[in-house]
Amino acid sequence: MSISVIDKKMLHFFNDLQEYFFLAGRSLLRMFRRPFYYREFAIQFDKLGFSSLFICILTGLFTGMVMALQALIQLKPFAATSYVGGMVAATMIKELGPVLASLMVAGRVGSAITAELGTMVVTEQVDAMRVEGTDIIQRLVVPRMKAMLLAMPLLTVVTDLISLVGGYIMSAGYGINPTMYIKGLPQFMVFQDLIEGLVKPVFFGMIITLTGCYIGLNTRGGAEGVGNAAKQAVVLSSVLILMSDFFITKVFVVFR
Amino acid sequence: MTSSDSIRMEKLSYTIGGRRILEDFDFSLERGVNRTILGISGAGKTTILKLLLGLLQPDAGRVCIGDVCITGVPESDFMELRKRIAIVFQGGALFDSMTVGENVGYRLFEEGRLSQVEIEQIIREKLSFVGVEPALDLYPAELSGGMKKRVAIARALAADPDYIFFDEPTTGLDPIGVYNICNLMQRLQAEGKTTLMVTHDLETAFRTSQRFTFLHQARMIFEGTQEEMRESRLPEVQQFLRPTVESLFV
Ligand SMILES: Nc1ncnc2c1ncn2[C@@H]1O[C@H](COP(=O)(O)OP(=O)(O)O)[C@@H](O)[C@H]1O
Ligand SMILES: [Mg+2]
Repeated sequence: MSISVIDKKMLHFFNDLQEYFFLAGRSLLRMFRRPFYYREFAIQFDKLGFSSLFICILTGLFTGMVMALQALIQLKPFAATSYVGGMVAATMIKELGPVLASLMVAGRVGSAITAELGTMVVTEQVDAMRVEGTDIIQRLVVPRMKAMLLAMPLLTVVTDLISLVGGYIMSAGYGINPTMYIKGLPQFMVFQDLIEGLVKPVFFGMIITLTGCYIGLNTRGGAEGVGNAAKQAVVLSSVLILMSDFFITKVFVVFR
Repeated sequence: MTSSDSIRMEKLSYTIGGRRILEDFDFSLERGVNRTILGISGAGKTTILKLLLGLLQPDAGRVCIGDVCITGVPESDFMELRKRIAIVFQGGALFDSMTVGENVGYRLFEEGRLSQVEIEQIIREKLSFVGVEPALDLYPAELSGGMKKRVAIARALAADPDYIFFDEPTTGLDPIGVYNICNLMQRLQAEGKTTLMVTHDLETAFRTSQRFTFLHQARMIFEGTQEEMRESRLPEVQQFLRPTVESLFV
């Protein structure tokens, strides 16, 4: 690769980055501006939120079960199995609940957002909307953003709760009674951890929507382009979720 | 003709993906003079329409609607002015998630200045003008190609524009569909709308336009009437009018 090619690629990358942040800023500003498109919001909340409920339940159940299983194996020799609830709760609520739920939603919803907007771009529906006088960020991005900002924390809470149930299912087999399990849940946690567990999905929801919308609105090249764009959106938002998870955690650790 | 009655491109250049689509392109659409831009597939005809509407930003030069130049101006600042222009996209570009009626009334519903009843009245009026009133409650996926284009025309008419752009309105239609579209364009012209069509369909072009612009390799190589075009000595124009076997191998 010659210098000029690298140069061009870098320029492209920084241009994309800048546009991404512009989109983020614009959509955040427009969230508080009229018109509000309530109907669009309701449709998107239904489409983006409820459609992911089932996979989040499955994710929570099995992750909770496997976490408990692993913990029980480790704790048994020390006769410390009563700590199992606390361990499951701490890992799930702070880390795995938000991250796993968001990754599942990124796969399901991120690709759907990109495919939908990408199709609208390649069939010139987005251009038509602009000509009709519509602000496309307001009309297409903001309702999805609001829907995800509400749905993602709710889905995470569901995932967390189900995972605790899953954890108990495993623990019951090791002779831990329900009262013991529930009492043990908060033993490794402070109140701030609950906040951390809710702030993360808000950020991840924002990442999923912005990435989906950005890549969707920049789709080129017909039906094939739409397929590629959807794939790209899932990969990129997953990576961004994992990266930002580290940084958000770091911030919470500093202010602990 | 004063400048306030035209849409113009001045010394416009546009490049995409390293390819020069337009270079120093001058173009003017005057009120009342129906025009067609001719050019082969991929020449940049659709791009010209999008530039004129301010959907794309040029690399150099400017676009003016009447006395106001819209190049480098934020889109929200020329929305009102752009209402004078409507466009019928190649595939119709109807909104998938809305019914035909909602598509046609889209702008009116968005603006929210009229009552539901008044808007429905206008929707019916526009749909019966293009002859697809029975399709009111259907979704775009349930329509044929020709019907989609006619609904798209109805939607374009909703804001009562002065200029209407047509992107290859007859491509992919059967002879009856082509006839219907030509007929509609002529009726619109009779009502005082100015049409700008881009196409490679000569027959439709000659039936609906008075003046012609020929786009070839990013430049305008010809501008004039049908007679002037037939008399033109330019080989590109001649080839377009009378494709020969040899031209396949150029
Ligand atoms: N996003 C894009 N990236 C690269 N090339 C593009 C893009 N959009 C359009 N083009 C190219 O620009 C040229 C002009 O496109 P267009 O205006 O749609 O042509 P026409 O309407 O005359 O068929 C085409 O050759 C097309 O390949
Ligand atoms: Mg085209």
